[in-house]
Amino acid sequence: MVSSTTATPALETRGLTVRFGGHVAVNDVSCRFTPGTLTAIVGPNGAGKTTYFNLISGQLRATSGQVVVAGEDITRLSASARTRRGLGRAFQLTNLFPQLTALENVRLAVQSRADAGWSMLRVWNARRDLIDKAESVLERVRLADKRHVAPKALSHGDQRKLEVALLIAMEPKVFMFDEPTAGMSVDEVPTVLELIHDIKERRDATVLLVEHKMDVVRSLSDRIIVLHNGTLVADGEPAAVIASPVVQEAYLGMEAARG
Amino acid sequence: MSTSPALALPFDETRRRGGFWNAILSSDRPRSKVLSAILLAILLLLAATPFLFSGSQPLSTAAKICVFVVLVASYDLLLGYSGIVSFAHTMFFGIGGYGIAIALERLGPTWGSAAVGLAAALGLSAVLAVAIGLLSLRVRAIFFSMITLAVASAAAVLASQLSDVTGGEDGLSFQLPPALRPAFRLLSEPLFGTPVNGRLIAYYLVFSVSLVVFLVLLRIVNSPFGRVLQAIRENEFRAEALGYRVVAYRTAASVISALAATVAGALMALWLRYNGPDTTLSFSIMIDILLMVVIGGMGTMYGAVVGAALFVLAQSYLQVLMAAGSAALAGLPILPNLIHPDRWLLWLGALFVISVYAFPGGIVGRLRQAGQ
Repeated sequence: MVSSTTATPALETRGLTVRFGGHVAVNDVSCRFTPGTLTAIVGPNGAGKTTYFNLISGQLRATSGQVVVAGEDITRLSASARTRRGLGRAFQLTNLFPQLTALENVRLAVQSRADAGWSMLRVWNARRDLIDKAESVLERVRLADKRHVAPKALSHGDQRKLEVALLIAMEPKVFMFDEPTAGMSVDEVPTVLELIHDIKERRDATVLLVEHKMDVVRSLSDRIIVLHNGTLVADGEPAAVIASPVVQEAYLGMEAARG
Repeated sequence: MSTSPALALPFDETRRRGGFWNAILSSDRPRSKVLSAILLAILLLLAATPFLFSGSQPLSTAAKICVFVVLVASYDLLLGYSGIVSFAHTMFFGIGGYGIAIALERLGPTWGSAAVGLAAALGLSAVLAVAIGLLSLRVRAIFFSMITLAVASAAAVLASQLSDVTGGEDGLSFQLPPALRPAFRLLSEPLFGTPVNGRLIAYYLVFSVSLVVFLVLLRIVNSPFGRVLQAIRENEFRAEALGYRVVAYRTAASVISALAATVAGALMALWLRYNGPDTTLSFSIMIDILLMVVIGGMGTMYGAVVGAALFVLAQSYLQVLMAAGSAALAGLPILPNLIHPDRWLLWLGALFVISVYAFPGGIVGRLRQAGQ
C-alpha cells in the first residue's frame, strides 16, 4: 500500500519549484509523506534531490509552491523555525562542529530539542539529563568510546555516524537522510542502516531518504519517488517503480550504462 | 583577525562536581597549576594593593587593571566565544563613562545620580547593541565589523561635538558622592598603616564590582547559552539547522557584552573622577583591548585577567623599568640609548609581536598546553 493518500501527511510539498536564473532545479513537485513510511528519493546526479531537501528544510527558499508540515504552511519560515516544528535533517556533506567533542555535538542537539539554549545563569553541566541523553544517543550509533574526540579527528565513517546521531538527538517528526552511507566503509554501513530501520519501525516517524545504492533503497523503503531534471517522474511501491520503464531509462539505465 | 579559540574547549567536565571553586568558577577551572597560581596572585595582589603599596600610582594601576579585566572579558565573550569581530566596544565603554560623568555633574554628587547615570547608560547601550545586532549580524562578518567601526567613529565624533553635554575634547570632571571622596574617613584610625578613606572605598567598589561582573561573564560563557554561542562560532549553518536562532543568540551576546563594557566605563569614570574621549572612547583603547585579548588567550576568559594585568602593568611601569636599566648601563656604548625610556613604545611593540608569535593561543593557551 502506498500511503500518499492518508488524511494528514506529516509533510507535504505543493507545486514546489525553485529556479536559478533560467535553470529549473526543482520543478513543480507535489508530494505527501505520512508517518510510518520510509520514502526513498532516487534519481541521477543533478536530478534535484538535495535541492528538494534544501527547499523542505529551509536552507533554500522556493521560487513558488509550498512546504506544509502537519497542516501548517512553513514555506516562509527560517531553517531554525522549521527544525523547531519537527523537521530534522542529516546532511550529505558532513556538517558538524569540528572543534567540539562528539558528545558536545550531540548534547547541543539535545539541548536545542529541550529548548534550554537561553539558560544563562546555570552551568551547562547542571543539566545532567541533557548529557545523559546525548550519551545514550552516542551509544546507539556506537560512538560512546569516542565521546571526547572532536569530529576533525574522527574517521569519515564516524563523522557520518555522528551526523546521524545529531538527527536522532533532535527527535524530529520528519527524518531527512541525505545519502547517510556515502563514503562509508562496507563494515560501517550496516550500523547506519539498522538505525534508519529502527527509526522507521516506530510508527510515528516519517522518513525521507536520498540514496544512490539500489540495494539499500530496496531493503529499506516502503515507497520510492523518482526525480529527473527536477521533475517527479515516478511514485509508488518499490518493486513497481524500479520496474517502470521511465525509471529504467531515467535512472537505472544510466547507472547500467555507466557500469 | 582569526576568530578561532585559543584551544579546543574542555568538554570532558561532564560530571558535575560540587565544591566551592566549581560553583564560583562555573566548572571552568584554570586547568593549569601555573595559571591557577598566577590568577590567585593577581587576585590577592589586587585585593591587598591599598595595604601593600603606598602612593597613588600603584592604586590607580590596580584600579585600571580591575576595569580592564571586565572590559577585556566582555570583549572575549564576543570575539573568543561568539566569533563576532566588533570595533564598537569602546563606544559602550564610553557610554558608561559619560553616563556617570554627565549624571554626577548635572544632578549633583549623590549615589542617586550615579544610579540614574548608570541606568541610562545601560539602557542606551542595550538599545544600540540590539540595533547594531539586528541590523547587521545577518550580513557577512567583514561587513559587520565595518559597520561597528563606522558606528564607533560616529559616536566619537558625536561626543566631541556635543561639548555642552560631554565637555567635548576636554571631557568632564565631576565630584563624587561624599563617601568616595579622599576627605571621607570611614575609620578614624588607619588600618595596617593605611588611612581608611573615601579613596580606599572607591577602590574596593571598583574591585568588587569588577570581580562580580567577571564571575557573571564566566558563568554566562559556561551556561547552555554560552555553549550555543560556541556552536555558532564553530558552524553557524549547523547551529541554525539544529533549531537555534543564530541572529537572536548573536544579538543577545552583543547586548551582554555591551552592558558589561558599560559597567566597566562607569567604574573607570568613578575612579578617575573624570571622563573624556581619551580615557574611554578613543580608538587606541580598542586596539589595547584587542591586544589584551590576544595576548591573554582568546576564548578563555582567564586570558582577560592575565592580558589586562600584564598590559596595564607594562603601560604603567615599562618606562620606569627602562629608566633604571638605562641608568645602570650608563657608560656602555649603544645599550643605554637602546633602552632609554623614550623607546618604551618600541619595546612594548616588540614584546607583543614576540608573545603573539611564541604563544598563538595566548598565555592561557600556552600554560594549559604545558599543563597537559
